[in-house]
Amino acid sequence: MSKFKDSAHLIRLAGVFVLGIIAFVVLRAAVIPKSFGQYGPYRGDALREITSRPIAFAGHETCEGCHPDVLEIKSKGAHAHVNCESCHGPQGKHADDPASVKPVRPEVAKLCVRCHAENIAKPSGFPQVNAKEHAQGQQCNTCHKPHSPGFDAGGKK
Amino acid sequence: MNLNRRQVLMLLPAAAVAWDFLVAGTPEDAPNYKMTEHWWGMLLDITKCIGCGSCVRACAMENDVPDGYFRTWVERYHVDDWHIENPSVDSPNGGKDGFPASDVKGGKNFFVPKLCNHCTDSPCTQVCPVGATFHSPDGVVLIDQNYCLGCRYCIQACPYGCRFFHPEKQVAEKCTLCYHRITKGLTTACCESCPTGARQLADLKNPNDPIHAFLKSHTVQVLKPHLATGAKMFYNGLDGSVR
Amino acid sequence: MEGFMYPNEVELQWSVLIVLYPFLTGLVAGAFILASLERVFRVEEVKPTYRLALLTALAFLIVAPLPLQLHLGHPERSLEMYLTPHRASAMAMFGFVYLWYLMAVLLLEIWLDYRRDIVLIAESSSGLKGLFYRLLTLGSHDISPGALRVDDRAGWIITLIGIPSAFLLHGYVGFIFGSVKANPWWSTPLMPVVFLFSAMVSGIALVLLMYMITSVIRRTAIDIRCLDAIGKYLFYTFVIDFTLEMLDLIHRIYEADESFRSLDFMVHTRLFLSQIVMQIFVGTVAPLALLAITQLVRLSENALKRTYALAAVLTLIGIFAMRWNVVIGGQLFSKSFLGYTTYKLDFITREGLLPAIILLVLPLFILYVLIKILPPWHEGSTATAQAEQIN
Repeated sequence: MSKFKDSAHLIRLAGVFVLGIIAFVVLRAAVIPKSFGQYGPYRGDALREITSRPIAFAGHETCEGCHPDVLEIKSKGAHAHVNCESCHGPQGKHADDPASVKPVRPEVAKLCVRCHAENIAKPSGFPQVNAKEHAQGQQCNTCHKPHSPGFDAGGKK
Repeated sequence: MNLNRRQVLMLLPAAAVAWDFLVAGTPEDAPNYKMTEHWWGMLLDITKCIGCGSCVRACAMENDVPDGYFRTWVERYHVDDWHIENPSVDSPNGGKDGFPASDVKGGKNFFVPKLCNHCTDSPCTQVCPVGATFHSPDGVVLIDQNYCLGCRYCIQACPYGCRFFHPEKQVAEKCTLCYHRITKGLTTACCESCPTGARQLADLKNPNDPIHAFLKSHTVQVLKPHLATGAKMFYNGLDGSVR
Repeated sequence: MEGFMYPNEVELQWSVLIVLYPFLTGLVAGAFILASLERVFRVEEVKPTYRLALLTALAFLIVAPLPLQLHLGHPERSLEMYLTPHRASAMAMFGFVYLWYLMAVLLLEIWLDYRRDIVLIAESSSGLKGLFYRLLTLGSHDISPGALRVDDRAGWIITLIGIPSAFLLHGYVGFIFGSVKANPWWSTPLMPVVFLFSAMVSGIALVLLMYMITSVIRRTAIDIRCLDAIGKYLFYTFVIDFTLEMLDLIHRIYEADESFRSLDFMVHTRLFLSQIVMQIFVGTVAPLALLAITQLVRLSENALKRTYALAAVLTLIGIFAMRWNVVIGGQLFSKSFLGYTTYKLDFITREGLLPAIILLVLPLFILYVLIKILPPWHEGSTATAQAEQIN
């Protein structure tokens, strides 16, 4: 009995610890996000938040839906597998509201050169030229229609 | 707006796709999207990459990637003769504006596009102290930016250097494999904008996905296989000099 | 930037604050282990430093989370580590190790050892001071010989548990680095062991210095036998620490794996000052030589004290340099092993030099407050002396 009395302060201490643990458990239940653990050790809501991000690139199927004529031209040339937005940039907003959002025409001088300027690291079979020598001061689309770039010294588009 | 029948017929597919976007809010709600039916990867074809940087630009535009940081980037390699262990590598601004002509002569030269490998046994998700970065059930490694503490342990743990610290949001960030797109039947922004088809999204769980036949018939590698990360970005024609 | 680095690697992620963190927790672990020498292993000579070592450990442990909070992108979310800890993450588990060590080991041991003094002061004080001490007693004023025997026994058990807990506290920090397979500068099974031994070295050196400084301030005599004992433990622990670090180095040089050339170049250029000069020569070889002299040559008391003090200061510098070389060094080279970057240390920014200096000095102020609240010495200290007079 006296041993118990001598340890009384330790029992008080243990009580403080137990209270602390209970407080922690209660706090945790109150504060932890509801969807945590839904699919794994993370917030299930995160998946929903990530997927609800707005889309910038519409995807070539969307473009082709409204522009089958361009698709027709493109499918016969070397750029058949170059997707529309690869050159035209993201057109998601235009696809959502074609009337009011108009795409900006890409800058020919910068655009073509990025792919076709010759570079020792490019695959040797890939069409590449020394831009200055090849163009001789002219715009690329003077001779090459971007949608079907086979050589044609005729007009644009 | 007066539409004639031809115009309506042309608009219908676009409208259908747009409707899908409207309805798709969650992975499960997206029509026909069940997370457990997919296991995402990607095929990167070194023999086709021309280092144009379209992928880097597209990713930055699709995902609001801040300047100077990269969710994907392109490296240019120069290997002299047999010196596989000492390549010269550069990646000016991540390849975002393409690559300037180099005065390099001879040797072996090629481009390597890189991104998060969405590893099956990712070291980055292992070290996150709070579960802010994780694997989705369809195999995409994602970051919960509303939960991330910004401790940057995951950035240290990634062997590929694909993670960075977002300067404004003050949380970790990296390639999400355009999760908001692939769950809606679209492809990633980088694959969409690649002009040569060097990057192709692959659904490893889909038996009809062309990647299965490709993997069988080509010499394919992953980056840093000795680290056993279970990387799912498969490279065709990857040279031994690639770091 | 030099050579090639992956584009996202150029900026360092972990700053001087993350260098500070293992340094501070290392001091805690080391100071505690010195204290436990007396309690568990009955090394009587170090008794004069027992309470001081515990309070020093507590002061540094309180400050230790602060550099981390300052570093986090979202410190307001840091509670998540306790609410949803990811069990696979060493960092998450460390949060609990820290909490365990603070609550169940250090605070408990201090409380048990000081309980008699706390009760005496509580009974002889009034007003706010009295209330504060009465709270500390947790309502029990039992300081009968029986109760004190229970305290002694309990304290012994706590210290016994505390030694592996202290090992865990700092070994874990080593594991946080050592388990990162992406980084060859960090990834080695030796890392937790090296961190632990360097922690012990730094903690012992700190207590030695604190003892000397507080004795000078209090104008009391320094027990030279105590200093000798501490010096001896410092010397032998340091020898083990140095051996481990040399083992790592020799192993790396000999095996020369794919990372070696890059790391070797980094050590000889970017890390030359901090590693070769500060850590190895100034911070390890010099103090080892000084301590060896004290073991081999018979010095006068004054010379002995000066040698110990100098060795302790150099040791602390060396261990800080070691933390710097691990944390910063691990981020200066590219994981492609083809390039290097530089660390820009600003002065007045959130993670700059000024906050680092403040955080290094802050524990000393906290220690001062702790010494006032819980005086380690009975003679000359007013609070317990008055209380003893009344009783």
